[in-house]
Amino acid sequence: MSETDENKGRERGEAVLAIFQRGAEFTKQLLDENSRLRRELSDVQQRHSHAAQSDDEWDKLRQELTTKIEELENQNHTMLEQLRSIEGENLHFAERYVEVEEENNHLANLYVASYQLHSTLDSGEVVKVILEIVINLIGAEIFCVYVCEEGTGVLTPVAVEGDDVSECPSLQVGEGFVGESVETGEVAIGNPAEEGRRPSQGGQPVVSIPLRVDDRPVGAIVIFKLLQQKDGFSALDNELFTLLAGHAATAIFASRLYAQSERKLSTIQGFIDLLTN
Amino acid sequence: MTDQRILIVEDSPTMRQLLVFALKRLKGAEIVEAQDGMDGLRKVTGDHFDLAFVDINMPVMDGLKLISLIRGEPSLASMPICVITTEGAKEDRARAIALGANEYLTKPIQANKVLAVAKSLLKLDG
Repeated sequence: MSETDENKGRERGEAVLAIFQRGAEFTKQLLDENSRLRRELSDVQQRHSHAAQSDDEWDKLRQELTTKIEELENQNHTMLEQLRSIEGENLHFAERYVEVEEENNHLANLYVASYQLHSTLDSGEVVKVILEIVINLIGAEIFCVYVCEEGTGVLTPVAVEGDDVSECPSLQVGEGFVGESVETGEVAIGNPAEEGRRPSQGGQPVVSIPLRVDDRPVGAIVIFKLLQQKDGFSALDNELFTLLAGHAATAIFASRLYAQSERKLSTIQGFIDLLTN
Repeated sequence: MTDQRILIVEDSPTMRQLLVFALKRLKGAEIVEAQDGMDGLRKVTGDHFDLAFVDINMPVMDGLKLISLIRGEPSLASMPICVITTEGAKEDRARAIALGANEYLTKPIQANKVLAVAKSLLKLDG
């Protein structure tokens, strides 16, 4: 046998061996696939044994599932309703919170105004407090405080912001916008479009707050112009007008009585000193 | 809970009381009052404050002068300042801000706005 024939024989042997190896691999793959299919078949049989076996059972199962779906939908609907209700309550509480905060602000302003008005018996200080309240809490730029002379009903300007007090005209109770407001005891609101001019220039009041103790006219606070950043009156302003109408009046009245009593006391003391010395 | 010290420099007792009333809602805050710019300067240089409310129109020394003196003092340069003014004019706000104020409130003021500004400048939550 030649060397060439020997080589050819070896190559053929290797080729046959490779064919056998591929055959073995293929057989192994077939066996694996077979066992997978067996497992799958077993699963299907198992599922099938649990599933409905007849049309009646299928109907029953369908009915159960439909009922379950309806129950879940109802639950979902109820939960949505509850969510909406809670959201509504949240909104209500948020609105209430804002209202309470606003009320708190109002009360703070009213408390401070009332406290300051009754913190002194000096008539000059009382007028100063009124000026501060009207500037700082109401936000007025031009306004005048009038005090009523007892007996004559003349309203004399005692303090002015934004004008010269000596040039402001006196008014009469019962006459004109301010006088009528003092007579009736009602806060009078003028035309905001006419605001701006000073009282000495014949400016028209934006608001007149009458100051009265019971039926006795004590004076008036008359606003001619609001601060630049203030546009109109708020609910708090109206409450402050009411507070000023009562408390500023009593504060002025009390300070007047105190001054009179001080004067009388001084006169009596002088008289006693004259008699005893 | 805060342990902040707040200075109120304001000549009007009515305004001071309203500011104190509003700021008392900051729990633990200590509030000190000064009745004019000079009094305010004395207090702010003699003690530590975390925030100051300063009125612009005051006797003895106005708020703008006080702010410029505070900002000229290195140890007080970072203290937040809120100015209070009766004027809504932008120039006044601009002047105060240019001098070093951080925030402003225009009269008539409301307690809730004072509180909101204080919380913001003190960097407090809620």
